[in-house]
Amino acid sequence: MRFYILLSLNALTVASLYFLVASGFSLIFGLLRTVNMAHGAFYLLGAYVGYDIASYTGSWLLGLVGAAVAVALVGLAMHLTLLRTLGGDELRQALVTIGFAIVVGDLLLAHYGGITYQFTPPEILYGTTPMPVIRGYPTIRLVVIGSALLVGLGLWLLIHRTKVGMLIRAGVDDRDILSAMGFNVQRVLLLVFALGAGLAGLAGVIGGSALSISPGEDARFLLSSLVVVIIGGMGSLAGAALGALLIGFAEQFGLAFIPNYATLLTFLLMVAVLAVRPQGLLGRG
Amino acid sequence: MTTMPQQLLRHPVLWLALAGLAFPLVASEFWVGTVAARVLIIGTMALSLTFLTSSAGLVSFAQAGVAGVAGYTLALLSPNITGVGVAVPWPLAVGAALGMGTLAGLLVGWVSVRSSGIYLLMITLAMSVSLFYLVSQNTEVFNGFDGINGLKPPELLGIDLRAPIPFYGMALAAAVLSAAAVLHLDRTPFGLQLHALRNAPRRVAALGFSTTLLRIAAFGIAGLIASVGGVLNTWFSGQMSPGAVDVHAAVNLLVVAVLGGIRHPLGAFLGAAAFVLLENYAASVIDRERFNLVIGAVFIVIVLFAKDGLIGLIQQLRAQIKPAWTGVCAKNGRKTV
Repeated sequence: MRFYILLSLNALTVASLYFLVASGFSLIFGLLRTVNMAHGAFYLLGAYVGYDIASYTGSWLLGLVGAAVAVALVGLAMHLTLLRTLGGDELRQALVTIGFAIVVGDLLLAHYGGITYQFTPPEILYGTTPMPVIRGYPTIRLVVIGSALLVGLGLWLLIHRTKVGMLIRAGVDDRDILSAMGFNVQRVLLLVFALGAGLAGLAGVIGGSALSISPGEDARFLLSSLVVVIIGGMGSLAGAALGALLIGFAEQFGLAFIPNYATLLTFLLMVAVLAVRPQGLLGRG
Repeated sequence: MTTMPQQLLRHPVLWLALAGLAFPLVASEFWVGTVAARVLIIGTMALSLTFLTSSAGLVSFAQAGVAGVAGYTLALLSPNITGVGVAVPWPLAVGAALGMGTLAGLLVGWVSVRSSGIYLLMITLAMSVSLFYLVSQNTEVFNGFDGINGLKPPELLGIDLRAPIPFYGMALAAAVLSAAAVLHLDRTPFGLQLHALRNAPRRVAALGFSTTLLRIAAFGIAGLIASVGGVLNTWFSGQMSPGAVDVHAAVNLLVVAVLGGIRHPLGAFLGAAAFVLLENYAASVIDRERFNLVIGAVFIVIVLFAKDGLIGLIQQLRAQIKPAWTGVCAKNGRKTV
């Protein structure tokens, strides 16, 4: 019993992390139709920048905010310089973000080297939180789950309860009409891109605190984002949550019971979804 | 997009073969056995991608993975110092590798059959990386992260294919045959059906062709070509490890194809040459470790400013030098919708 609860909590932690990264990825795709292949690089960039700010100022929270802002700015810069010039050519946009990811990944490797970094989160996040049955669970992992819930709720409120959210939803449905009605669509696009990139940076600090920071994490989180949105459905917040949960559980239970073939479970899950609903479980056809 | 006339399409392969045969006469063993052989191997793997894109309009991230399936099959069926798998006679091992790679290609096509464009890109990347995690986590069969080491090319008719020149000859033969096959396929009814599938899939379906079968078949052929490259690559590096199928390998193959010109089959070899030369010369211009920085920047520039890669630039240049000549070509050239 204790084993299964622990395993489920671990799966929930991984799922939360995947959701934090994939929600931004999905949001950007929903409105801009851009597959941001640099999303994993944004995650890693956020982790490193957050680490630097946190160790310089001694404040983990400042690192968290600073990383989100810095990565949002980098995302904006990438959008303005590389993506906008390509207009609506989705494939070339995806390719150019791959190039950007290669460059950023290499610059990070040059600056931070191949060693693994470990955050020192504030005292309260250290240690374990007492819990029934399983006695205790690492606090930082509960923070990961909590922040995913917070971000999910925040995004839901933003999209469904604010005027900006109304513009975003309208833009997802029909960008041209929204523009024809006199709204500044470009501004909404920029906002969404910055938000999505910032979320990746935020996730970098949270993920880097719960796990660790090292080169290669960018690829891992880009891929988890891809699989999450393929399964959950592109551009859907609920889809990202559902996809992240399915992948998190498939991955952790797979690793526990069939360690040599764990990945096949995720793969089969993806194949099954593609066979039944190519647009993803909650994606719109 | 303009298609070059058939005569010109056929000539490049002839020139490739002739230039390839002449190369060992003028170049040192290092350039032949290490640089040129590598260009041909990477080019053959990338050819599987340029074939898919130029004929059927499909962009796949899975070709490095498919080549990896062939590479792992070969490694597991060959004598190795890691002590995994079962050693069988090498022709059997090569046959099995090509067969498994083709099957992997068919599987990729079958799974992604309802997706196109960027969705296809994402799904094939996800599949490719599933393979990476499978082989790196699986210690039972694939020996996990260390992979399978100590693989050697066999002897054929008394010629040791391990030696630089014979190995180069083998790679050249494989590359030329694959390229000729792809260019020939382009002119067959099947090739035309693939072009039609790229331009108007719904009309192809309405005419009674099975778009599903066409796509899966295209992926199967691409799988076979990638497997040829995969087998050579395994012999070339003497080992097979998860590094050959990781996300960088997948990205690099796409970079090579886009660099050379993904919408022309032979762009693969041009891209491979540029890639390998950059790799060799990046060391002297900028720190060797920073090769990715160079290749990433070059890739961005190509995507932004040269839609059809190096081959597109060459065509543009030729059009400017000899406008009258290309005018004739345009008249003879097959029109694409």
